This record gives sequence, C-alpha cells and structure tokens, in this order.
Amino acid sequence: MKLYNTEISVRLLLGTAQYPSPTSLTEAIQASECEVVTVSLRRETAQGSGAGFWKILRRTDCRILPNTAGCHSVSEAVTTAQMARDLFDTNWIKLEVIGHADTLQPDVFGLVEAARILCADGFEVFPYTTADLIVGERLLEAGCEVLMPWGAPIGSGQGLRDPDALRAMRAHFPDTPLIVDAGIGRPSDACQAMELGVDAVLLNTAVAKAGDPVGMARAMTQAIRAGRAGYLADPMEPRDMAVPSTPLLGMAELG
Amino acid sequence: MITIAGAGLAGLASALELARRGASVRIFDPGDSPGSNSVARFAGGMLAPWCESECAGDEVLALGSVAADWWTQFTPVTRAGTLVLAPPRDRPELIRFARRTSGHAEVSATEIAKFEPALSTRFRHGLFFAQEAHLDPRRALRDLARAVQDLGVEICFGTKAPTDVDLDCTGIAAALPDLRAVRGEMAILHCPDISITRTLRLLHPRMPLYLVPRADGQFMIGATMIESASTRPPTVRSLTEMLSAAYTLHPGFAEASVIETGAGLRPAFPDNLPRIQREGGTIYLNGLYRHGFLLAPAMAARVATYLTGGTADEDIRERKTA
Repeated sequence: MKLYNTEISVRLLLGTAQYPSPTSLTEAIQASECEVVTVSLRRETAQGSGAGFWKILRRTDCRILPNTAGCHSVSEAVTTAQMARDLFDTNWIKLEVIGHADTLQPDVFGLVEAARILCADGFEVFPYTTADLIVGERLLEAGCEVLMPWGAPIGSGQGLRDPDALRAMRAHFPDTPLIVDAGIGRPSDACQAMELGVDAVLLNTAVAKAGDPVGMARAMTQAIRAGRAGYLADPMEPRDMAVPSTPLLGMAELG
Repeated sequence: MITIAGAGLAGLASALELARRGASVRIFDPGDSPGSNSVARFAGGMLAPWCESECAGDEVLALGSVAADWWTQFTPVTRAGTLVLAPPRDRPELIRFARRTSGHAEVSATEIAKFEPALSTRFRHGLFFAQEAHLDPRRALRDLARAVQDLGVEICFGTKAPTDVDLDCTGIAAALPDLRAVRGEMAILHCPDISITRTLRLLHPRMPLYLVPRADGQFMIGATMIESASTRPPTVRSLTEMLSAAYTLHPGFAEASVIETGAGLRPAFPDNLPRIQREGGTIYLNGLYRHGFLLAPAMAARVATYLTGGTADEDIRERKTA
C-alpha cells in the first residue's frame, strides 16, 4: 500500500500517547511491526523541550506522522503543522481540526480549509474526517490523497458506529487510500474495518490503555492481517435461510 | 566522607540511610533551604503504591510498601486511605481501574458519604484503598533535612557540588543518557469551607485528577504528565482542566482561592522506574519520576547499602545494567 509516495507493508498506524512508559511504547511498536507512528505536538514540546521523548521515538525507525491533535481552529492547526514540519523534518501531517470539545468531532469546514492551505504549502495531508462522502470529495479537491474517516469518537473504543458509511466511502473512493482513524477498541473492530475494504487502521488508546499494550499491539496487527486477507478472499454474502453445507444428493441409504 | 550532590528527596533520603549505617556525609545543594531547588516541592505527597500500580506495575508496589512507615519516623503521615471516584458517565474507567489494581474495596454511595460527608450524594460508585497514605511534601522535606542534620550530616546550602561527588541525586539536572523530563503542573487551592480528609482521585479519560488535603483548608491538585522539559508556568489549558475536575469533585471548589500554581520536571528513565547506576566514579540515584516520596526510602536504602560496602544482589544487578 502506498501513502503518498511511501510504501507501507503493515496496515497499522500507531499513536504514541498514554502508554505506561516509553519502554512499553517501543515494545508495542516492535510487536505490532508497524512502520508509521503518529505523534501529537504541543506548543511547548515543539520548542525542542520534548527532546527526550523524540529521541526514543526516532530510535524505533518508524516513519513519523505528526498530528495536530487538540487544535480547535484552522490557524492553530496550520501553525502546529508548520512547527511539526520543522521539528520532524517531514511533509506528512495528520490534520485534526476539532469542532467539539466533548465528542472531539472533526470540524469538517475548518478541516477542508486547513487542508487547502497545507496542501498548497507542500504538505502531504492525512485528514481526520467523518465518513461524509461530500466532505471527502472536498478534501481530495483540496489536494489530499488519503482520507481518514472516523470509526467512532476518539478514544471511545466503541468500534465502527456506522459500517455502512465506511462501505459507501470505499465504493465512492475506490482508488483513494482510506484509513479508519479513531474509535477502534478491540482487535475485532480493526478486523471488521479491514473486511469492509479500508486500506489501514490508525489507533492509539486501544493499545496504550490495554492491560498488556504489547500483547494488544500484536493482536491488532494479526486482526488487521486477517481482515485484509478476508476482504481479498471475497467473502460469501449472508443469507436469511440455512443452506446445508453437505450435499443432499448421494447420501448413503442406511437400512 | 561520602559526598552527595542534591538536597532533594533522593539526596536527603540517601544521606539519612548512609548516616544510619555509620557513614559521615556531606550534601551540596545550590538552593537555600531543604527542597527549595527540588521538584519534590510540587509533588502530591501521596504514598499510594496500589493506585500507582495501575500503570506502574508490581515493582513500584513492592518498593513502595515500606514508604509510609519510613516517613512516619520523621514527619506526620495521614493514613486515611485513597478514595477513587468517577462520575456515572465514566464508570467504565472505574471498572478498569479496579481490574488493574489490588488492595481496594468497592464502596457505595452510603460508604462514600460516611468516609467523606462533603461528597455525600455526589458519587454512587468508588474504590477505597485503605492502606494508602499521604504527607505534606514541603514539610516532609524540612523534617527529613532536620533528621539528617541531627545525625551529623552537613548540608551545604547555596553551594555547588564538586564534580567528583560519590553520589549524584540532582534529578533532571544530572546529565545521564536516557534520562528525560516529564513535566507536571499543579495548583494549591485554599477552600476552608470544604472538609476532605483523604486523597481523592477522580478518574476521567481526558482529565484525571488527584486532590490531596493539606493543613489549614488547603488542597493540592494535580498533575499533568507532559513529555516536555519546559519549565514555564502552567498553561491555561492544563489549569482549566484541573480546576474543572476539582469543580466536578465538589462544586464548592468554585469558591476556592488559587493560592499557588507551579510546574516541575520529573526525572524519568524510559521504563519510568528508578535506577542506581555508576558513571565513572559517581553513583547516580535518579529516575524517581512521579514516585519520589513513594520510592525514595527503598532506593535510598539500596544505594546506602551499596556505598557502605554491603552488596545486596539487586544493587549489583542495577550497577551492571548501567
């Protein structure tokens, strides 16, 4: 799978917040085999003062996808993206423009505007969006080449609240990499997303807050592999009646 | 003569354990009084190994179990337990917390009201950690310094340590590879109208809070955990979240005075556990992270045993991993 011009083989992107320690974070990254990690940037850590944590992340050899988590306005998101580019030396940015403090819903209007500004400025934007098709189109028009629809509100662990919307997105954007971002709680949620045909899953809390983050990281990657393989294998359609899997013809006549 | 750099928590506790083992000790600290230069002055002062094991694991529980008795020798320790609460909406956090910890009992609205009448009718579910305790960090630092001096240890305030000290306890100022700063922000409220006698923890997915009662109607609230070495004063965002959480605990805190806010840098190694390690001729005790008052006694005993020629197996292991 290609994200912009980067080839990714493991279809999991891992967030780096809330782990019990940096050691458990790096072990989770190794166990998941993921190649991309997201890092949130606060203004205060941007000025080089988060160096201790960055150093640990850099040692993981993962590609860093900085994010604008917690930004509530276009200008805040754009400024944060620019600081992230300087700090991490990357054009990648996971763009979040939060519209509501409680649900952490994306402000899709601000998102499109910020995406337009950042794409014009040479960024490769990964927008955290809803599953709305028209917003998706606007984001592509703005220059995004990846879409990251939510599965459920950030950190809620509710799983996919609207699988039909994700299915519709897959059908509507057959050639755009789709990454389900946020809401995954369990491996089965990640597997379901992959079975729907999305290209990858981004998650954080589900692993970081698990009792055993390393074990959960490994389980997520296994689930994602299973879901992807299932999608490619063209699953059967469900039916509303039983169909015997053993042929009736040629049954032995007993007695 | 054993020389120590740093009269903070680690330095004073180590000095005490060394003096008790018969060593003569001198401490150097650039500050002008006990703890004035130490991140421990911003601590909550909780001796809460069972709650901390939620994300810190069994080692913190094992090392921290001696802390309350140790501190009681020098300073008042309030052994009233910890009450962990969550608003009804965040009950899943409470269920998870209970699953991830031990040493607690589930408490109902009636029991919560009995423990803390001020919280009566506000919370329906909670966890009570009966064996936990708390102390006043600044008083504890002063009392410990006095106990250390009573044992004949010389504390040289306003004095930079020589470069070749035997024991370095300078926290985040120590230039150790892999040591990083985890910024914490806190506030002290004055609210004589509310009577709360034990440590409270409010579970919330985005703004967890602890509140520790201090003398004279004061409460310490904290603390953020930010991967940053910035020492600027607390941000509006952090204070807003902590103050809202205090208000969630009890609306009476709306009338509290904010009498102090502060930010400090916790020294931490990548596994967030403390280490004793040798660099050249100096032994370092560092990485107490958010567990200073809890883990300093056990770590100080280990480092003192090592420096006075005893060789506990674990100390040797730690030295080799350095």
